[in-house]
Amino acid sequence: MFLSLAWRNIWRNPRRTAVILVAIVIGVWCMVFLGALMRGMMVEMVHNGIATLTGHIQIHHKGYNADPVIENSMRDPEQAFKALEKALPPGSLWTARVRVNAVANNARHNAGVTLVGIDPRTEAKVSFIGKAVSDGEYLKQGDDYGILVGHALMEKFETRLGHKLIMMSQDTGKQIASRAFRIQGVYRAEQRSTEKLYVFVTKPAAQAMLKMGSSLSEISVLLPEGASPAAVAAKLRSLLPKSFEVLTWRQLLPILNGYLEMMDSFVVIWYVVVFVAMGFGIVNTTLMAVFERIREFGLLKSLGLKPGGIIKGVMAESFFLLVIGLALGNALGLISVWALSFHGIDLSALAQGAEYFGMGRVIIPEVHLKDLVTANLVVFVLGLLVSLYPAAKAARFTPVEALGHT
Amino acid sequence: MLSINQRMAWRNLWRNPRRTLLTVAAIAFACLLLVFMLSFQFGSYETMINTAVKVQTGHLHVEAKDYQDQQDMRLVIKDPAAVAKVMRATPGIEAFTARANAFALISSKERTYGALVVGIDPEAEAKVSTLQSIVRQGEYLKPGDAEGALVGRLLARNLGVKLGDELTVLGQGRDGSIAAMVLTVRGIYSSGIDEFDRSSIQMGLGSFQANFSMEGAVHQMVAVCQGLGEVAGAKSYIAAHLPPQKSPSLAVLDWMQLMPGLLQGIEMDLVSGIIFYLILIVVVTFSILNTFLMSILERTHEFGVLMAIGARPGRLSKLVFMESLAMTLLGVVAGMIMGALVTWYFQVNGLDLGVQDVMAQYGITGRMYPQLSWISLTAGPALVLVMTLLAALYPTRRIWRLKPVEAINYV
Repeated sequence: MFLSLAWRNIWRNPRRTAVILVAIVIGVWCMVFLGALMRGMMVEMVHNGIATLTGHIQIHHKGYNADPVIENSMRDPEQAFKALEKALPPGSLWTARVRVNAVANNARHNAGVTLVGIDPRTEAKVSFIGKAVSDGEYLKQGDDYGILVGHALMEKFETRLGHKLIMMSQDTGKQIASRAFRIQGVYRAEQRSTEKLYVFVTKPAAQAMLKMGSSLSEISVLLPEGASPAAVAAKLRSLLPKSFEVLTWRQLLPILNGYLEMMDSFVVIWYVVVFVAMGFGIVNTTLMAVFERIREFGLLKSLGLKPGGIIKGVMAESFFLLVIGLALGNALGLISVWALSFHGIDLSALAQGAEYFGMGRVIIPEVHLKDLVTANLVVFVLGLLVSLYPAAKAARFTPVEALGHT
Repeated sequence: MLSINQRMAWRNLWRNPRRTLLTVAAIAFACLLLVFMLSFQFGSYETMINTAVKVQTGHLHVEAKDYQDQQDMRLVIKDPAAVAKVMRATPGIEAFTARANAFALISSKERTYGALVVGIDPEAEAKVSTLQSIVRQGEYLKPGDAEGALVGRLLARNLGVKLGDELTVLGQGRDGSIAAMVLTVRGIYSSGIDEFDRSSIQMGLGSFQANFSMEGAVHQMVAVCQGLGEVAGAKSYIAAHLPPQKSPSLAVLDWMQLMPGLLQGIEMDLVSGIIFYLILIVVVTFSILNTFLMSILERTHEFGVLMAIGARPGRLSKLVFMESLAMTLLGVVAGMIMGALVTWYFQVNGLDLGVQDVMAQYGITGRMYPQLSWISLTAGPALVLVMTLLAALYPTRRIWRLKPVEAINYV
């Protein structure tokens, strides 16, 4: 009975209901949409971070992450391979690398780079480099003198495909090792800093140059969707001796992790701020709806309705307003996210700025159930809470006072 | 003296004080938030720019054309003294210094890393950058110290060197010859920006020029101005007075050209902030629109009476609009005052966000200090004012359609 009464009550003044609904709908819409946009940005940042050679999990020799030098290589990677076989869920991909700091030289220029020795076949499935070669050719097994360089590095070195590039680094005997490579391919990455930093050769070529035998610097693992990096990492840790370290991307990219946590709390703050803006409207509308019906409440009371009943009635009206507003707002939010999910939002105009924050050039908004639930809960629970005030007001009129009111 | 309309409007407002106060509160809340957030953003930008400028870049560089892009050893300023003379005469410049840079292999006993070797003039550098104050261990370079070097914290860790250890530097001189030298670690610096602390060492400029066969040339003349506002003027003054130099010719670059990523990052943050604020304002406007609308709907009878005794619709609209204006102004002023107070409190005491690892990478260390300015104080509230007044216009349209007879009978 309360519900049908409340339902009719809110349509007694359709214009007022419509205006407050618009406020709620816009509020909820922007919560959903901007929440999705921020998630999209975060997913993009994580994706970039993971694809730029990090992966979900990495296995190293203990201490490599803090001090990535050749002495901290895994001398017995077979153990790690075995552990991977046991621990990884089906659908996982992994690749092994040599990774050292090196200096690249040609006749005119030199610069510090990270030399990455890769297994071309497995690497292509794990990191961005497999699809990133824009000129020339990707590495293949047995290319002992081929090297892939970023487009930005090539420009900086004023060189081109087929030209020589000399790499220098420290080998396992602490001597300076150098080897001449021929630029076999040029890759493009989302960020110019990546293009300047990484050069790729085959794993055997790097191992031979640095006299490291079959040692490896890192193993990078890409998990299938839905698998928890932390859980798999814990399992790997239990299978491996103490001389290995197993780290998830959150540990490998602490800055990104910190940024994500900051964004997480920002989303909630943003929800509350929008709600407060909208909450004033809800209270005011409900309050007015109550005051213009003082006589009516007095009548109901003199007919024997308890104060609790009046509170229930007013709350039921807010409940309907909120439910309708939430339904429309969510629908609108989801539709706009869906509409943008095909092309995303192009940030090319601000590419360097996006790069500054570690993002790519296109952001595709993404709805997370967690945000959707948070947004709806915030609006619904707080919405009902603030309606308690006008409801309590309505319940406090005494029948005589109310019936005397005009 | 208030006109009769103004007095009526004011009294009408307080016929329902609760509603008026709630509406004023909604507007004040929006204004407070906008003032604080904008000040906060501006404050963090200023910190970001200042840190980036002070740690290394400076406000202005004079360097050979294309040096910024190519970082080529051979693109030098041949006569730094001539540039120094121009800079000394430039109005708005606080301090300047000369630097030379070379990429080299740095070896300790154990390890070898590639890093940027920067030749600095210790005395002048101390006035331009924060280098002297971020030396956390050991001491800053003394003028004339030919064998000393300052090393970034992360590079020192990677190389495994401590104060007093020796570093072998191997690089290529300006003329293509081999440059080799042994330097002693005098100090270790930490700026908080990992990239900077990982990739550079600093040595005396004189010794740098001798070892890298610079023949008295440098790569950059770096200047800081008294404030961001002086940069443009100083830049054009220097550009007009640059000493002539052929192949390569010289150019003046300001911090925006030196760090395009920083500027665009700020733009992006500002744009996304503005989108958030606009949405917030729209939500608030709709919240308020309802109050305005209601205050008219519930007074239909009253308006009917007023019209019957001769009030024109224009006058009633004016009355209603004045009520809305009064409410809005009250809210905006209250919001601005509260916003300014809150901002001022944090401007003095700082705000600890507890995410310093992240912030440090953008050059913000420690607490954040919002920066109250005329723009941050007025931009948001002005927009709220405009939007609210637009919202106030809509309900007045109804008054024009009122028919006195119908209105009087409306209950």
